[in-house]
Amino acid sequence: MKHASGLAITLFVAWLLWSGHTAILLVTLGAGSSLLVVWLLHHLGILDPQGQPLHLLLDIARYLPWLLREVVRSNLDVARRILSRDPPISPCVTRIKAMQKTPLGQVIFANSITLTPGTLSLRVRDGYVVVHALTREAGEALQDGEMNRRVLRLEGETP
Amino acid sequence: MTLLLHTLSWPLLLAGAAFCIIGGIGLFRLPDFYTRIHAAGITDTLGAALILIGLALQAEELLVVIKLALVLAFLFFSSPACTHALARAAFSHGLRPLLQDQCFDESFASDYVNWVNEETEEEPTSAS
Repeated sequence: MKHASGLAITLFVAWLLWSGHTAILLVTLGAGSSLLVVWLLHHLGILDPQGQPLHLLLDIARYLPWLLREVVRSNLDVARRILSRDPPISPCVTRIKAMQKTPLGQVIFANSITLTPGTLSLRVRDGYVVVHALTREAGEALQDGEMNRRVLRLEGETP
Repeated sequence: MTLLLHTLSWPLLLAGAAFCIIGGIGLFRLPDFYTRIHAAGITDTLGAALILIGLALQAEELLVVIKLALVLAFLFFSSPACTHALARAAFSHGLRPLLQDQCFDESFASDYVNWVNEETEEEPTSAS
């Protein structure tokens, strides 16, 4: 029930923001369609906490600034390499053990890897992420595991 | 106030455009599919983010700012997902990354060949 109402509120807020309408009739229709979607999801049996990790919102907000800094840093690094004469790259494939327990945590980890240019997750399976790195250093930085630990901490407080 | 916002937003827009172009240059300069993906990553992370932030500073309504922020948020969720899908599809259909010699960490070097075989068997390439 908590997830259902959370989802309904999220959908309705999204509807309000996108449409920008305030007329009573339209708002009612918007609320109605949000409820319809929630009912359909419930009916299909796919209304689960994983699809809507509200409990992670705060932790994600704490993780995001660090991730953004990493994204900017790796962007500058890759951009510099592209622009230098004879790009200094050393493409690598490496395998990293994801410390996260839940599938969601591992997805966040793999997504964070891909989001930072210079590293790209090829495959996530059996708790391992196979990563293609543009440079050896980028791969080694991932092996150091700071991102891994931060995502683990993000996931940590969930039941 | 308008002047201030414009002086803030134009450098962001220009920097964003510059990063998009650098990403494009990277597509040409880097040697293979997998390395080029990294170049494309510049365009859809920093390039897109700077342009959207620059546009948000020019917006006249708060609602527009919120929408741009949401666009940015969706981009940050969807672009790694499709980059991953692209790379995985390429890999399981037999495209191998160009690698530098001895580029694996010790533990994976011996497993790499097995892993490659497994990945390719799992999703057989279409008859051709």
